[in-house]
Amino acid sequence: MKKKKSLIQAVPFMLPSMLGMVIFSFLPIVISIVISLTDWNGLDKLNGETLGNSMVGLENYVRILQSEEFWAVLWHTVYYIILYIPLVLVMSLLVASILNRTMRGITVFRVLYYIPVLTSWVAASLIWKWVLSPQYGVINQLLGYIGITGPDWLTDKVWAMPAVVLASVWKDMGFYGLFLLSGLKAIDVGYYEASRVDGAGRVRQFFSITLPLLTPSLFFCVIMALINAFQLFPQIQIMTEGGPNGATQVMVERIYTYGFKYFKMGYAAAYSWILFVIIFVLTLIQMKLQKRWVHYES
Amino acid sequence: MNHSKWKKTAGAAGSYLTAVLIGVVVIIPFLWMLSTSLKSKGALMQIPVQWIPEEPTLNSYRTVFSRFPLLKAIGNSFFITVSYTVITILSSSMAAFAITKIRFPFAEGVFKLYLASMMIPTQVTLIPLFVIMNRLGLIDTYPSVILPSVFRAFAVFMLVQQMRSIPDDFMEAARMDGAGILRIYGQIIMPLTGSAVATLTVTTFMESWNDYLWPLLMLSDKNKMTLTLALNSLNGQYGTEYNLLMAGSLISMIPIIVIYACAQKYFKAGLMSGGVKG
Repeated sequence: MKKKKSLIQAVPFMLPSMLGMVIFSFLPIVISIVISLTDWNGLDKLNGETLGNSMVGLENYVRILQSEEFWAVLWHTVYYIILYIPLVLVMSLLVASILNRTMRGITVFRVLYYIPVLTSWVAASLIWKWVLSPQYGVINQLLGYIGITGPDWLTDKVWAMPAVVLASVWKDMGFYGLFLLSGLKAIDVGYYEASRVDGAGRVRQFFSITLPLLTPSLFFCVIMALINAFQLFPQIQIMTEGGPNGATQVMVERIYTYGFKYFKMGYAAAYSWILFVIIFVLTLIQMKLQKRWVHYES
Repeated sequence: MNHSKWKKTAGAAGSYLTAVLIGVVVIIPFLWMLSTSLKSKGALMQIPVQWIPEEPTLNSYRTVFSRFPLLKAIGNSFFITVSYTVITILSSSMAAFAITKIRFPFAEGVFKLYLASMMIPTQVTLIPLFVIMNRLGLIDTYPSVILPSVFRAFAVFMLVQQMRSIPDDFMEAARMDGAGILRIYGQIIMPLTGSAVATLTVTTFMESWNDYLWPLLMLSDKNKMTLTLALNSLNGQYGTEYNLLMAGSLISMIPIIVIYACAQKYFKAGLMSGGVKG
């Protein structure tokens, strides 16, 4: 009896959210799987008949995995990761250790470093497109002062991805920096005092105390950055649109292009499931590490 | 000055220097944006570059408002973001309340469904959601962008964690006083969840305000666009007139920075709660 009453009480509270779950999550997941098995063009009315007629089985998946483009796209993401992760980690470590010092006026810097995080990627991409302008941009102007002719950045096959990385590091370092800051704050000051008595210098302290005790937070940052790297989109779409010559094509950009420019919905849906598998594996790793991470703190 | 004192001063100076250097890297693109937005079309492409515009003008701001219904876009952004945030908070807190405090049969199982759905990246549901919105005839309407807020697994997850820490004694006491379930939710549990709700509010607001891909797919009518879409569309139309684009970018940043200034503490808490990133 009590069970029944609690169920009746719960229904109105659960209804909006659960209805949303069915319409905006479960149903789409099922539809997405079905579409990924068809070559539906996105324009024909979607019903049992058109789906049945356009059924192609696993062909989309096979074609994606066999295409040269997919591996190129994957490589672009890996290339992004190789450049982005070391750079963003070093910069956020710097940000975190600066903000961890008790200095007058440090709040000003904390706010300043966080502004790029607050900025939308659309605005940030436009700003960076202009900063990276070969002729009129800040970067090439500054390089010019020291006698270096800067590259054409976003329109240069070699430099387009590094340019996207620069913009992304600039935008994200405040985020990871503040995340690492809380990791730093959790380190017991006693360690530093003890090591100072033993005569350890600043650099020594950083490598034998700070870095080891910060590894859990650093791991977490790396996994977060990896997952985000596979979901790269707005900066690519606005700064390069995957160009020049496909040099910055990445997975979400491909899903968008195939789905909503070429209307190859089946192909795009299959692409999105391949993306899911990659992110799923990364998430599993994250959860494993997170358990260790939480355990570490307690 | 003795040796250790000198060393301390040098250390502090070094820290300041590094802080300022990073600050310069962060701020240069913004200053460049500001400087560009105050230039005329001609001054934009002058070599040598004018770091500080020789004849600063507010023309770009005027032009950008006259060529695009930017005021409307600001209004749309506020309307969509506020609705999105309010619905997220209401719907998610109601679900979290039922899961943690009413404890109906299968509550744990239902919660696991929420956790599982957090595994699905939004890109997977992009195409089918487009199909569903199309079927419902909602494309190019505000609800197409607002409605998905009714189901936010992460928000439910966060609030469940928070509400679990509230002892049941509070509820029992209220029930003794004859409070109904609605009053317990609204006047007992919600106030006690205040800081988590505040954190969720600012992060949801920021996410919705800066959202790009989903509104891009849904809204194509100039008069319905959000600020980010307006900027995107300005970029498509006047891709070389950077004075206009920079003026637009600057305008788009103001609201979120004002909100950040007012609610810093909750942004920080949001950052720690599990990687909601702009």
